[in-house]
Amino acid sequence: MFSNRDSLPIGQGQPVTSRLPSLLRVLATLVVAALLVGACGGEYPQSSIDPKTDFAETIHHLYRLVFIWSMVILGLVWAVLAYVLVRFRERPGGARPRQTHGNLRMEIAWTIGPALIVVAIAVPTIHAVFTTQQGDPEGAMVVDVIGHQFWWEFRYPDTDVVTANELHLPVGRPVSLRIHSADVIHSFWVPMLGGKRDANPLVVRPEGDPPKYNWLHFTVREPGEYMGQCAEFCGSSHSLMGMRVIAESPGEFEAWLDDWRTSAPTEEPSPTAQELPAGLDSALVEQGREIFHSQTCVACHSIQGTNAQGQVAPNLTLLGRRTTIAAGWLDNSVEDLQRWIHAPRDVKPGALMPGVGEEGGNWPATGLTDEQVRAVAQYLFSLR
Amino acid sequence: MYFVMSLIWFFVGGTEALIIRMQLWKAEQSLISAELYNQLFTMHGTTMIFLVAMPMAVAFFNYLVPLQIGARDVAFPRLNALSFWIFFFGGVFLNASWLVGAAPNASWVGYANLTSTTYSPGPNVDFWVIGLSILGVSSILGAVNFITTIVNLRAPGMRLMRMPLFSWMTFVTSFVLVTAMPVIAVALVLLAFDRFFSANFFVPMAGGDPVLWQHLFWIFGHPEVYILILPSFGMISDIIPAFSRKPLFGYPVMVYAGALIGFIGWGVWSHHMFTSGLGPIADSFFVASTMIIAIPTGVKIFNWIATMWGGAIRFTTSMLFAIGLLAVFTVGGLSGVMHASAPVDLQQHDTYFVVAHFHYVIVGGVMMGIFAAFYFWFPKVTGRLMSERLGKLHFWTSLVGFNLLFFPMHFSGLYGMPRRTWTYSAALGVDLFNQLSTIGGFVFGLSAVIWVWNIVRSARRGEIAGADPWGAATLEWSIPSPPPHYNFGRLPEVRTREPLWHEDEKRDVEAATLFEPDVEPEMPGPSHWPIFVALGTAGTWALVMTGVWWVPLLGLVFTGFGVFMWAFEDPFAHVGEHHG
Repeated sequence: MFSNRDSLPIGQGQPVTSRLPSLLRVLATLVVAALLVGACGGEYPQSSIDPKTDFAETIHHLYRLVFIWSMVILGLVWAVLAYVLVRFRERPGGARPRQTHGNLRMEIAWTIGPALIVVAIAVPTIHAVFTTQQGDPEGAMVVDVIGHQFWWEFRYPDTDVVTANELHLPVGRPVSLRIHSADVIHSFWVPMLGGKRDANPLVVRPEGDPPKYNWLHFTVREPGEYMGQCAEFCGSSHSLMGMRVIAESPGEFEAWLDDWRTSAPTEEPSPTAQELPAGLDSALVEQGREIFHSQTCVACHSIQGTNAQGQVAPNLTLLGRRTTIAAGWLDNSVEDLQRWIHAPRDVKPGALMPGVGEEGGNWPATGLTDEQVRAVAQYLFSLR
Repeated sequence: MYFVMSLIWFFVGGTEALIIRMQLWKAEQSLISAELYNQLFTMHGTTMIFLVAMPMAVAFFNYLVPLQIGARDVAFPRLNALSFWIFFFGGVFLNASWLVGAAPNASWVGYANLTSTTYSPGPNVDFWVIGLSILGVSSILGAVNFITTIVNLRAPGMRLMRMPLFSWMTFVTSFVLVTAMPVIAVALVLLAFDRFFSANFFVPMAGGDPVLWQHLFWIFGHPEVYILILPSFGMISDIIPAFSRKPLFGYPVMVYAGALIGFIGWGVWSHHMFTSGLGPIADSFFVASTMIIAIPTGVKIFNWIATMWGGAIRFTTSMLFAIGLLAVFTVGGLSGVMHASAPVDLQQHDTYFVVAHFHYVIVGGVMMGIFAAFYFWFPKVTGRLMSERLGKLHFWTSLVGFNLLFFPMHFSGLYGMPRRTWTYSAALGVDLFNQLSTIGGFVFGLSAVIWVWNIVRSARRGEIAGADPWGAATLEWSIPSPPPHYNFGRLPEVRTREPLWHEDEKRDVEAATLFEPDVEPEMPGPSHWPIFVALGTAGTWALVMTGVWWVPLLGLVFTGFGVFMWAFEDPFAHVGEHHG
């Protein structure tokens, strides 16, 4: 009635054993294929393994160290496993295996082995933890990074310069980013410049206690445009909360700061047609300026040197120079600006700006005509 | 019942995942809205953890622990019923949010202060807070029951150090559950007060700290990972010896390693928070504690391989899944060591690299273990064998689908794709990886369908299994399949860890377990009151949603009435009817 352990109906003598090594072959093939795909896959502007700062370099060294150890262990485990599966598969008529219960010495050995590897990883890790979080290096330039749903604000406290979604940084000069959030938790991440750091809302503290900011410290090594985006889920348009870092020579960087401070589009006579970028119509730009500065736009947005001094929404000074708008999600062109002004939430769910036909952020719909939208877009595009 | 419910939720969560994968097929695609996407990934995570992986393990605990330790049933069968019904109502409540179009949308970790009424004004997060609170009650009750069962109801001679590893890991897991669930319960109650009664625990403007939520959540959340994985470790620790025809290598070390993992699991939570700015000293502590966990885990892997060494390995479907676990879980374990290194984690945190990592651990570890266990114990439960042909098809499709699904995510993550993103910029260049993942997702989905088809078919027409189809060593294989409702005719006396692998002991054990009593042992009868109390418990929480402080009290009265009636009901009333 009861089968005994020596009559084993399943598996015995079935040809499955010959298929077994293919388990590992499948895995190995996948790994190799994926590595190949990875190796010749083209450009990755947001790659976390292409360091461009000292900070990112430190992380990358550590990553390679852990990666190599991991591959060694993985290779070892898989190799032994494959050997065991082939060597010790059941053979028809085979004797009952020897009933061993363990081997303390071996077990101690494979406890100490991994422990040593862990030490080999942990020591440089903890070293890096401390070196990368050391306070501001001498002469570091502090920039305030403020996360908003769903865009980034950058303030240069040494000057009055404020910008949005495109952070300008000088190459070769230590930078300290002082990070916080205006609403929910975000995370500042530009992979080529290093690891991410959360932008936490500042907790209101008793009088006298300093607010707690998060910091990132690094020095950009080569000029370029680096992509990044928010890395902590922050609501409906989290995935569309991108940013760019424009790293330029110290001279170019200073020039940009100067341009920002002296930029004053309403006080100057309107730019002549020759100064305008191709495709802009000076009459429309003028009309756009009037609309922008007489409408609710100025309640939230700032443009340096004008009556627009709102502090809630992205600062639009020198907007025309930016490579993208809408936190890295649209190209910076008159067409895309129109699209954005017309219906921001069609591009970015949860955005607070009112559109032509829909209210937003407690403001009524703007009710602008298509022509007026085009004028405002042209005006904004002319800010450079 | 637990299993059937969690299987249903498995397909719900799987469907959510496939919709997510379709949305991510191409860059800048908008097949579904961002809002729906956020609801889908939140519910996918919540469902798979709380409604699938945990209850599936609980189903095995319930059924197997009494059989493995030589008990007639769990210590409190009716508490068990209560625990099931609370789980049932909690799952239904959570998913009812779909019907009103307001499923939770703040991710399964629900970070404050995004979950405050200011930033999440709708009922979405309410459903999440209340649904999880209800489910937490169920888990705690279950864990208390298993601890009591294992401490008190072991058969004579079944010393702790003779228990099968699955029962051991159930024991460890239950302790972790009973200590971890209250932490999330506290966090959820605080959040509920913030949301319904305008408290300010996590509101920075009022001096509350959103980072506190992260601490509370992960003090629960990391032990939770071990709550999920330890049962699977236990399962394959019983399966690998059975199919190698050799006792488990280093039994005491395997027990200690499991207990150690459960214990150290308490001291690693902040490795989920390396980016939140805790400072270098806290970071270093959590780097060290996290890396230490790799050691007992590694020992387990080596001991499993050593168990097979010198054995006679039979490649049944169950064994294939156990071996599959060893092969792929190791990948997940090692990528875990990578982001245990805090600076490296600053790059990998919240990217698809982490998504790849934890799916290797949870699907490659937890689910592979559950699959292995399912094929192993199915004959004990139903008396019929699963089809090996379909089983192998299930194994290979799931292995290929799984790797195709999750391996490319390592690359999308390294190349800068954050997780929880509705879409991604075409400039990232990660389309190809996402497409591979999506294809893999559908292959894995197909494998799950094959599994269910196999279950349905084998339950009806599978080969008759007999008491011990595998020649395994532990008590549950000494009794008929399916077991009589009182499990053992007489309680056996156990002398070793492998009672059925020693001729004389096997004879004695079977003489006891197969004894057919003239009068069946008295077992408590079924009762309606647990359902009543479960409804009251879930209902009380649901009434919190009204935001009026006295309304939930009505639910408490209802629950109290149920408890009272339950307490004064005679559980053996039915026995009198039969034999009176």
